[in-house]
Amino acid sequence: MAEKVLRKAESFYPLYERKGGAAPDVTHYCPGCGHGVLHKLIAEAIDDFGIRERTILISPVGCSVFAYYYFRVGNIQAPHGRAPAVATGIKRVYPESIVISYQGDGDLAAIGGNNILQAANRGEKISVFFVNNAIYGMTGGQMAPTTLIGQKTTTSPLGRRASNEGYPMRMSELIATLEAPIYVERVALTDAKNTTKVRRAVRKALKNQIENKGFSFVEVLSICPSGWKMEPTQAKEWLTQEMMRIFPLGVYKDRSDEIEEAGVQPTVFSAQDLQDSLNLPETDSASAKREPKTGVPEKYRNPRLKIAGFGGQGVLILGVGIAQAGMDDGYHVSWLPSYGPEMRGGTANCSVNLSSRIIGSPLVTQPTVLVAMNLPSLEKFEKDVAPGGLILTDSSLVDRAPSRTDIEHLGVPATKLADELGNTRVANLVMLGAYIAYTGVLDKDVVHSSLPRFIKRKALIDLNKQAIQKGMEFVSHQVKA
Amino acid sequence: MAKQLIKGNEAVVKGAILAGCRYYFGYPITPASEIAEAAAFYMPRVGGTFLQAESEIASINMVYGAASGGVRAMTASSSPGISLKQEGISYAAGSELPLVIVDISRGGPGLGNIAPEQSDYNQIVKGGGHGNYKLIVLAPNSAQEMCDLTMLAFELADKYRNPVCVLADGFIGQMMEPVEFPKPVTELEDKPWAVHADAEDENKLISSIELEPERLEAHNRKLQQKYAEIQQAEIRSEAYLTDDAEIVLMGYGVVSRILQSAVDQLREEGYRVGLFRPITLWPFPDPQIKRLADRAKKFLVVEMSNGQMVEDVRLVIQGRIPVHFYNRMGGMAPSPEEIREQVIKLFEA
Amino acid sequence: MGVEKGLQVPKVVIREDECKGCGLCIQACPENVLFVQKHFNRMGYHPAGYQGEGCIGCGFCFYQCPEPGAITVYKKGYVGEEVEA
Repeated sequence: MAEKVLRKAESFYPLYERKGGAAPDVTHYCPGCGHGVLHKLIAEAIDDFGIRERTILISPVGCSVFAYYYFRVGNIQAPHGRAPAVATGIKRVYPESIVISYQGDGDLAAIGGNNILQAANRGEKISVFFVNNAIYGMTGGQMAPTTLIGQKTTTSPLGRRASNEGYPMRMSELIATLEAPIYVERVALTDAKNTTKVRRAVRKALKNQIENKGFSFVEVLSICPSGWKMEPTQAKEWLTQEMMRIFPLGVYKDRSDEIEEAGVQPTVFSAQDLQDSLNLPETDSASAKREPKTGVPEKYRNPRLKIAGFGGQGVLILGVGIAQAGMDDGYHVSWLPSYGPEMRGGTANCSVNLSSRIIGSPLVTQPTVLVAMNLPSLEKFEKDVAPGGLILTDSSLVDRAPSRTDIEHLGVPATKLADELGNTRVANLVMLGAYIAYTGVLDKDVVHSSLPRFIKRKALIDLNKQAIQKGMEFVSHQVKA
Repeated sequence: MAKQLIKGNEAVVKGAILAGCRYYFGYPITPASEIAEAAAFYMPRVGGTFLQAESEIASINMVYGAASGGVRAMTASSSPGISLKQEGISYAAGSELPLVIVDISRGGPGLGNIAPEQSDYNQIVKGGGHGNYKLIVLAPNSAQEMCDLTMLAFELADKYRNPVCVLADGFIGQMMEPVEFPKPVTELEDKPWAVHADAEDENKLISSIELEPERLEAHNRKLQQKYAEIQQAEIRSEAYLTDDAEIVLMGYGVVSRILQSAVDQLREEGYRVGLFRPITLWPFPDPQIKRLADRAKKFLVVEMSNGQMVEDVRLVIQGRIPVHFYNRMGGMAPSPEEIREQVIKLFEA
Repeated sequence: MGVEKGLQVPKVVIREDECKGCGLCIQACPENVLFVQKHFNRMGYHPAGYQGEGCIGCGFCFYQCPEPGAITVYKKGYVGEEVEA
């Protein structure tokens, strides 16, 4: 179905109003520039495929920064090198759109080198058109990552030297090594024959996206007469003789035919099930608007706890458990883990506040209760305990009593008692049982009902209840004794 | 609704989803990683997108792309990661894209450490990227506010077509507290300026470039006008026992919680001391601070940084009353007892 | 089959004001019917011109020209509106 006329595509704005100025009907490109030709081939393909209304073009930084002057589509201008990332963002929002990342060699192969490789490797369903003209045109002819060895530019005035600037980057070859891309080809805007191949490649890259197949990459060797300081006809000669020697034309990868055409699943948001999806608490939960337990002895009321031990002793979970049960009992609570310098070296600690008042500092610097699950923790935090405070130690591991005399001490052989249950890892819950029994801060029933909210593995709930029981029994024997 | 004991970082993600955000692009970093992890867990469950990008730079640009499409999108990171995002944030401000960035700040400069610090104030409030722009900056001090202010961030971002940053620190991110979750936002306003992959798109352009100096100046004037409106309408702050306070303590984020404990202690001892806490770090609560300076004799600004917000306080006060400063850095937090000593010194001075 | 409709002779129309005088169309033309004109256009370029006959409608010039609107090629059989030169 050969058209009987070749004319300006519908996918160009009739007048380039965003460009404005004295000549809003011509592009800003220099005479002979390859960008204009590639623009025409892309616009023609957009027309022919009937995809103009759902096409979104990402303009890069470089000579084609103003591509949005011309393409009569949705336009987004991206930071230097980031077009593939911006394309990823918008394509994920509108999977049915046709997203084109149009980039030059500095943008794609230098500053945005990682962005293009990663987008390719993710197999983003976009079409990338990469204009390689071996120079930075926009900024006035500086060296590009694709500048040839010996090529003079304003920043390689003696010619590019491999010893200083390395070698020209072959992006098509690089990208073709990746698993995800389905189509990678290098073409050149030279004579009519090669231009036909460019036209075909452009159409294929877009068709792959229309069929929702995958990532397509077309590298287009293109002349920059101004940057190369050549007449356009002479520039074509140089491209053919020099550039094509370093950047061989050809298909580097093509899995287009192996991949089934796929429909696009429109994005559906389920708003009604948010409660469930986000694991939000039930509105009629027992915790709503309770008052904290009354009758707790004054000195144990509104405790500020520091809980410390070796990593692996479950001190963080113990803290969460006290906070969770405290919250369920109607207290204001906070839990703050140590993280950062002090957790290195295998120790862990957390700060827990339970209070009938709104909690100020979540950091416990002067604990009223210290739970020391090992000796280093006792040594480190004993001095911080508020006068009259309570220190609980795991007496299976801490073989001495605190040296301070202005505090109260209870040794609980938590690890030993846990071992009797067949699992030393529940020593933390033994300690929890001892703590609530000794101070009366929380009732066993509350802790039991809170357990599923901080012990994720259901199978361990019973064991943990036994551990709490052990701790409580230990205290009642102690008190009687 | 009932409460849930939850980490601040996780509350951010639930809040974001309740606010209608379904796009998260990010890169892991301590102490912000739980945000990415929660987004990775919850986004797919609500039909949303979570993508771990190759870098902070890529992730902010993915958010830029998604926000161009008119949807609520976000990213989160911590200090050095935020530094990397600054280019994209500047572009978003220039393009007037509504998007949300969460910064769970940590110790610097350089790699610093992963402990909490407030040394990102300047790079967030003063605009760490290039150009004449402002972010709206919200500073939560509890897990509840991590949820609430994240939701507010999306609302303000859309209302003003401006990037909004939720600036917290490692303590607020890592801390677990009871959170009561608000009802989900179900109606989002249409964004006629956004690219929608439809027939209207030919009239749309998301861009921060204005080549003509006259036009760029006009664009900047328009932005400044918008910022002036935000300053008029969006200041948020909290005052605690300041009515009769001779010394007003000032801090944001976790510091405000520590100061509250110090104030409670000092009040019990009979000292007339109060607390003022900016919730919006930009717009900064200038009028509120000016009014406090009419009554108070001294300010004590406390920060976990080398003194960044204090400069803004001094700009507002213009030497009318002394503005004292106390700080800790490197992940050290001041204790209420430490603050108490400082305040007593000021009373005795 | 009826009488053949539409344009009988292919032709190329060059909008001189959009031409930047790069000469690529002239180089590409297999029939050598395009040439550099002596006068300047509004942008100060010597625009390309068509001799007025000899165009075979191959489109080589169109696909070499970087300006979207500078060259229009009408092939044999074309029916419809035509652009102003």
